[in-house]
Amino acid sequence: MSIDTALYSDLKNNFTEGAIISTQSTADGTETIWVNKDFIVDILNYLKNRLTQPYQSLYDLTAIDERRRNNRQGQPDSDFTIVYHLTSFEYNKDLRIKTPLLGEYPSVPSITGVWELANWYEREVFDLFGINFIGHPNLRRILLPKSWKGHPLRKDYPARATELDPYVLTDQMREIEDNDLKFNPAEYGLKTKAEDTDFMFLNIGPQHPGTHGLLRLVLQLDGEDIVDIIPDIGFHHRGAEKMGERQSWHSYIPYTDRIDYLGGVINNLAYVLSVEKLAGIEVPDRVKFIRVMMCELFRIASHLVWLGTYAQDLGQMSPVFFAFNDREKIFDIVSAVTGGRMHPSWFRIGGVAHDLPNGWEKMVQDFVNYFPKRLKEFEKTIIQNRIFKARTIGIGAYTTQEAIEWGITGAGLRATGYNFDYRKKRPYSGYENFEFDIPLGKNGDCFDRSLVRMGEMRQSLRIVEQCVKNMPAGLYKSEHPLTTPPLKEHTMQDIETLITHFLGVTWGPVIPAGEAIVPIEAAKGSNGYYLISDGSTSAYRSRIRTPSFPHMQMLPLISRGYTIPDLLSILGALDFVLADLDR
Amino acid sequence: MEYIFIIAGVLLIVLTIAAGLIWVERRLLALWQDRYGPNRVGPFGLFQVLADMIKIFFKEDWIPPFADKAVFVIAPGILMISILLTFAIIPFTDSFFVLDSNIGLLFFLGNSSLGVYSIVLGGWASNNKYSLLGSIRASAQMLTYEVFMGLSLMGVVMMSDSFNLREIVEAQRGMWFVFPQFIGFVVFLIAGVAETHRTPFDIPEAEGELVAGYHSEYSGMKFGMFFVGEYLGVTLISTLIVTLFFGGWLGPSFLPPAFWFFFKTAFFICFFVLLRASLPRPRYDQLMDFGWKILLPLVLLNILVTGAIILYLQ
Repeated sequence: MSIDTALYSDLKNNFTEGAIISTQSTADGTETIWVNKDFIVDILNYLKNRLTQPYQSLYDLTAIDERRRNNRQGQPDSDFTIVYHLTSFEYNKDLRIKTPLLGEYPSVPSITGVWELANWYEREVFDLFGINFIGHPNLRRILLPKSWKGHPLRKDYPARATELDPYVLTDQMREIEDNDLKFNPAEYGLKTKAEDTDFMFLNIGPQHPGTHGLLRLVLQLDGEDIVDIIPDIGFHHRGAEKMGERQSWHSYIPYTDRIDYLGGVINNLAYVLSVEKLAGIEVPDRVKFIRVMMCELFRIASHLVWLGTYAQDLGQMSPVFFAFNDREKIFDIVSAVTGGRMHPSWFRIGGVAHDLPNGWEKMVQDFVNYFPKRLKEFEKTIIQNRIFKARTIGIGAYTTQEAIEWGITGAGLRATGYNFDYRKKRPYSGYENFEFDIPLGKNGDCFDRSLVRMGEMRQSLRIVEQCVKNMPAGLYKSEHPLTTPPLKEHTMQDIETLITHFLGVTWGPVIPAGEAIVPIEAAKGSNGYYLISDGSTSAYRSRIRTPSFPHMQMLPLISRGYTIPDLLSILGALDFVLADLDR
Repeated sequence: MEYIFIIAGVLLIVLTIAAGLIWVERRLLALWQDRYGPNRVGPFGLFQVLADMIKIFFKEDWIPPFADKAVFVIAPGILMISILLTFAIIPFTDSFFVLDSNIGLLFFLGNSSLGVYSIVLGGWASNNKYSLLGSIRASAQMLTYEVFMGLSLMGVVMMSDSFNLREIVEAQRGMWFVFPQFIGFVVFLIAGVAETHRTPFDIPEAEGELVAGYHSEYSGMKFGMFFVGEYLGVTLISTLIVTLFFGGWLGPSFLPPAFWFFFKTAFFICFFVLLRASLPRPRYDQLMDFGWKILLPLVLLNILVTGAIILYLQ
C-alpha cells in the first residue's frame, strides 16, 4: 500500500528509477519513505539542503533487525533496516527515511558527510547491530567495550543472562580490558605534539567529581587550554533497548524511569504516549492534567538538581543543599501521589496508576506558593553572582544553526534564541490547554542556558498552578480495552471483560502492529520512544531517542580553545544525565 | 625555661584551634546550608575532631610508587613548619608572645613565600597530571598574591613606623588601622584568602576540576598535614588581620586582652567560613587579571596616598 504524497512524487521525479522504493503508513502519521541504500547519501543531502521546506535536523538514526518480524506486509524485503528520522523545526514536521539491507552483516554508505551528527549514531548501530557504514571516519564500538563479542540488538543475541554461559573474568581478560582502556591518541587521529609544544593527555573520568557519573573525557591539552576532547561513553549502558524487546508493554514502564533518572515520570510519558498512539487509546482529560502536573513537577525537580550541581561545579558550595531541600519538597508531593520518589513508574498505558489522593490540592498549592520566593533567592545568589556570570557568559556558545545541525533540543536550543518547544509546537497530553511562555536566550552560551532553565522552572510552576485550579473530574484511566491494568468495574459482571482483564494482567496487552514515536519535551531536551509492534505482547523494537546523546557529541566542538575550568562550566550547562546518554 | 613553656603553649593553642576549626567549619557550613553537620560524637559532635584524628593517624600512609619519595614526604612538612614558625611573631597579648622581633612582618612574608614550595614540590613529586596542574596554578596564584600582600601592609608599616607587630598594635591605641588603611585591609584580606587557597580562591585544588589538585595523591597523616595546614593558615591570616588592622588585644578593659584577641580572631575565622559557603570559584586567569589589573594599582595608589598624607602631616 503506497500512499502518494507531494514529497514522495517530488523524490520520484528527482531521482532515477529504483532509488525511491515505496511509502509506508505508520501509527503516528509520520511520513515514511523507503529508499534504496545506494542513493541514501544523495537523497538525504537533497532533503536537507535542496528542498524548499528542508529537513535540517537529524532527529534520530537507528536500525531494526527485521529477520523475525511478523506483520510487515507491504514493506520491502529487508533483513536489517536503517531508519533516519528527520525533523524540520522551522516547518514543524517529521520525515522517516528507511533503507532496506539484505544479508547477515550488511553495509550501507555513511551519511557523516551530510550530518556530522550521524557519527555517533552510526557507531551505535555498528556496535549494537554489526552493520558496517562505508566511509565512516572512525567506525568503532561506542557503548560496549572493545573486547565485546557479538552485537546485542540482533535478534539472535540472547536478552537474558541465563541464556549465556556464566560470566568469568579471567586475569587474561582483565589485562585485555585494561589495555583497551589505555588511550592511544593515534587511534583518534590526534597529534602528540605541535611545532613548539608537547600536548598533555588528561584523562577525566570515568570517576571524577565533575562528570556527574560514569563518563570519560580524554583531553588533549596545551597547558590548560583544550585542544580537543574525545568523549568515551558507555560506562552506564544497561541495554535498556534490548530489555524493551523482552518485557511486556506494561512491565517496561519501570525501565523508562531509569533512562533520565532525574526526569521520573517524564520518561513514562514519552513511552506511554507512543504505546497509546500504537493502540489508538484516547485518554480522559483528567489523566492528561494529572500527567502534565506530575511532569512539570519533575521538570522543576530535574532543573533543581541541575542548578545545585552546576553551582557546585563552579565552586559554589551551598546551593546544592538548598536546591536538594526544595527538590525534597517536590518529592513529598510525588510520594504522596505515587508512593515513589525518583522513579515512581506511575503512568500506565491508557492512564495513571491511581487517582490523586485526598488533600493533594493543598500540598501542591503550598508548594506553588512557597517556591517563587526561593526561585528569586536562587536567581539572586547564584545566577546574578558576578563570579557566576564571569564563568558562564560567552563560554561554550553556539549558534542556532550549529544547534540544529548537531541535534540539540530543549533548553540548549532555546538558549540560542530559537523558539521550539514540543509542548507548544506539537502539544501532546493536553498542553494546548495551558497558558505558559517559552523562555528564550540570545547568545547560546552557558549563561543563557542557565537563564532559560530558571525561566522554565517559573513556567512549569505556572502550569502546575493551572492544574490545581482546573483539574477536571473524570476517570483516571481510559475505558479502552487495552488500558493496562484495565478498569475493574465490569470484571466481576461479564465474562468478556474478565477475560480481557485476565489476559492483560497475565500476558500483558497485545498492542496492534505498527510503528510510532511521540517526541516530547523532556527536562533535558527531546525524548522519544520509537516503538515497533509486530502484534505481540512486547515491543519488537523499542528505540529510545534521548537528548543527552547528541548533546554530548557536541561537547568537543564547543569546548575547543577553552580551559579546564570552562569545560566544567560547559559540561554543567549541557545538563546531561549519564543514564540518558548510555541507556 | 619560660621560653619553652610559651612556645609549647602557643603550639598547643594554635594546633587545638586549627583542629577545632574542622568542627567549627563543618557546623557553621551546615548551619548555613540547612543541614545538621557532625552532631553525633560527644556533646554537639565536639569529639568528631578526635575521632577524625584517630582515623587519620591510623590510615594507611600510602606513597605512590611513581612518586619522588623524598620530596613527596618533605612537602607537607614544609607547609606546617612555615606556618607554625610564623605564629612566633604574633603578639597574643602585650605579654604573651614568643618572639618580639623588629622584623616581625618581614618574617611573616618570608615564611609565607616558603609555604609555596610545599605546594609546588608536593604537586611535582606526586607525578600526577592533576597534581601538576594544581601546583602550577598554586605557584602562579601565590606568587602573584604575595606581591599584593606585602604591598598592602606597607601603609600599616608607614603609619606605625615599625615592622614589629607588638609596636604596630600599640600604635593603634588611638584608632584601629582598618579605618585609615581600609584599602590595605581589603587587599590583605583578599590576598590572605588566596594565600590560604580557600574558596573562592581554592583554584589549586578545585575539586570539581582537578579532583584534589596538588594533594590528590596524599593520604593518611601527610594529607592530614595539608588539611590542618589549611586551617592553620586561616587562623594565621585571621590573627594577622586582627593584629594589623583591628588593634590586636586592645579593647574595653572590663574583659582581659586575651579575650579580645580571641574574639576578633574568631570573627574573622567565621568570615572565612562564610566566604566558603557563599561564593563560586573564579577561573584561574580571571583571578590573575583581578590581581594584576585591579589590586596592584589599588595598593600602589594606597601607598602613595598614605605616604603623601604622612609627609603632609609632618
